[in-house]
Amino acid sequence: MPNVKITLDGAQYEVDNKKTILEAARDNKIHIPHFCYHDKLSASGNCRICLVEVEKMPKLAISCMTQVAEGMIINTKNERVINAREAVMEFILINHPLDCPICDEAGECKLQDYAYKYSKGFSRFVDTKNHKEKRVEIGPRVMFDAERCISCSRCIRFCDEIAGVHQLQFVNRGDRVTIQTFPGESLDNPYSMNVVDICPVGALTNKDFRFKSRVWEMSFTDSVCHGCARGCNIEIGVRNNEILRLNPRRNDDVNSAWMCDHGRLNTWKNVNAENRIKSSKIRKEGQLVEVGWDEAIAKAASELKSFGKNEIAVLGSAFATNEDNYVFAKFAREVLGTRNIDFCPHVEGTDDAVLIRADKTPNASGAELVGIVPQENGMDFQQIISAIKAGKIKALYCLEDDIASVPGIEDALSNLEFFAVHATNHSKTTQYAHVVFAASTYAEKNGTVTNFQKRVQRVRPAVTTFEQDRALDNFEMSRWDKFAAHNDKWGKGPRRDARPSWKIITSIAGVMGTKYKFNNADDVFNEICQKIDGFKGLSYLKVGVKGAVVKQNHVAV
Amino acid sequence: MNDDKLLAKSEVIRVKDLTFLQRAYVFEILKGMFKAARQIFQPSFTIEYPEVRSERAASFRGRPVLVEENGVERCVACGLCARVCPALAIEVQAAPTELAKERYPEKFEINMTRCIFCGFCEEVCPEEAIIMSNEYELAFSSQQESIFGKDKLLKSAEIMKPRLDFLRDHR
Repeated sequence: MPNVKITLDGAQYEVDNKKTILEAARDNKIHIPHFCYHDKLSASGNCRICLVEVEKMPKLAISCMTQVAEGMIINTKNERVINAREAVMEFILINHPLDCPICDEAGECKLQDYAYKYSKGFSRFVDTKNHKEKRVEIGPRVMFDAERCISCSRCIRFCDEIAGVHQLQFVNRGDRVTIQTFPGESLDNPYSMNVVDICPVGALTNKDFRFKSRVWEMSFTDSVCHGCARGCNIEIGVRNNEILRLNPRRNDDVNSAWMCDHGRLNTWKNVNAENRIKSSKIRKEGQLVEVGWDEAIAKAASELKSFGKNEIAVLGSAFATNEDNYVFAKFAREVLGTRNIDFCPHVEGTDDAVLIRADKTPNASGAELVGIVPQENGMDFQQIISAIKAGKIKALYCLEDDIASVPGIEDALSNLEFFAVHATNHSKTTQYAHVVFAASTYAEKNGTVTNFQKRVQRVRPAVTTFEQDRALDNFEMSRWDKFAAHNDKWGKGPRRDARPSWKIITSIAGVMGTKYKFNNADDVFNEICQKIDGFKGLSYLKVGVKGAVVKQNHVAV
Repeated sequence: MNDDKLLAKSEVIRVKDLTFLQRAYVFEILKGMFKAARQIFQPSFTIEYPEVRSERAASFRGRPVLVEENGVERCVACGLCARVCPALAIEVQAAPTELAKERYPEKFEINMTRCIFCGFCEEVCPEEAIIMSNEYELAFSSQQESIFGKDKLLKSAEIMKPRLDFLRDHR
């Protein structure tokens, strides 16, 4: 990599000669403002806010498209540059409406931030602002406000370059320029909502999140999307103990800066849904009745004891965390003594070229790695189902998965003498269950999931259950969470009496006479790291915010 | 300080003895009664609260209210009042509307046991939608009752005219 020496604001740096001035400055912690530049998209150089002075160049140069060269002397903060910046801001703001109070972008708006930082703070413009269309449904999931647009073309370039569909284009000229889809078409690609994230203003907004909350009222927790085996890194936005939106979080090894619309919209609605299982249930006289934890655990333990080793099968879950599956597999082998351990795969369609994977579960490879595999002479998933139909398997214990939704399985479940499930929501599967344990969703527990690349990534709790406290258990806190008193209505969002699956299994094992010393998810993960080859040397600290890859030459337990 | 000094000091305070007329007592009583009786014919300064209530000046900061114009609240539910409120008394939930203002407060609640009548909400409001009223009688029999919803907060712009005019004049 040939390096060149440049001078940036009086200091000397050696940088890669392929870089632009803006990138070289960013790598050396000097921020040059930019609207249209995005490091995952091609440069278009149309916003002009990144102007810098390069000595011996007659005019100011846009740093996002000027490549560094040997001996370049660059000023990013001198008077000439500041004046130019203020002039550019003035031009951009001329027709930008004062919509901030009703704009969802306010609080995370690049234009708002730069208006404070790089503009004069007042307007000299006395004429009426240009009016354009507002509230345009440019796509099924995206709302467009033409007045707010500053024509940076990030959304156009995203569709062309990342989503691979040419859906947006500039039309008209000068101050009448706006963004449109072709007649009769709409912005409906499976990645369309990423344009909301990259839009530096509030021109493109999320229809699902529209007016739900101001961004400063929410807390944001780093987590992992559970929509498919990709495991896109996300931030969970929570207010009042309710999830309001997901945002992609940058991770170049997994999802770059994007996530798909399905993951963004459909993977968290079950957390706040009406059909959440709010506490554990036992079937009495054909009806599921809410009972306390102790009763449900005792019932499950005594029922499981009454069956022979070969009459029991267990199904882990590709939706549950490594921790849940590890404790479950350990429990099945050591306490139940069964060899029939597997999980239900959910593969639909094919992988696409961007992010979406055919495997619709977040943790299939993790479940396998931590021991959810048929033991010697044990049955796999299909064999277990046919054995249930044949009456050989009489008891089934299933982790968080709606197995009844898989075709051809429903009639097998009615054959069971005992069926225990861990579930977050009521589903077809819970209709057949004799015991239903209220399991925490991925947004309510600590843990790790392993994506298709065998990258272990951390899931953190964003929503509290009965057994957790936002302040005491180190949750991310918004200002509202911090200051809510007992008589404040806000800060009192719905909570459920759910527990993480590994904890429920540990309790059942305890009742059945085997004490596991797991007090929290860390304890479970530490044991996984000791017992399972691929995980050796890992810890929650090492997994960190970006994840860590499991060693590939792994031998299954 | 010793006792001698204390004694000396108390003597200094009683420098002047009462005059003969003052010591005569009856005369002073009559003088007092005459002064009091004269007040009966003077205009009174007190008012018969709560039957009579005094007028508040437009600058008075009573409980905050939401201004209603043409049957619609001016509020666009931007949440700035909730953000600026030092006592975190305000909770706003926005929702979309077909009106030009695009959003309106689906829920607007002020916890009056939290409110400190500072008027920051009025100052920060971009729509002149939340303003301080002249109401100051706030007694509740429960904490639930102290949370004012839109039903109690909405006041028409005509009623609030003095305050709105005051705000225009002192902008």
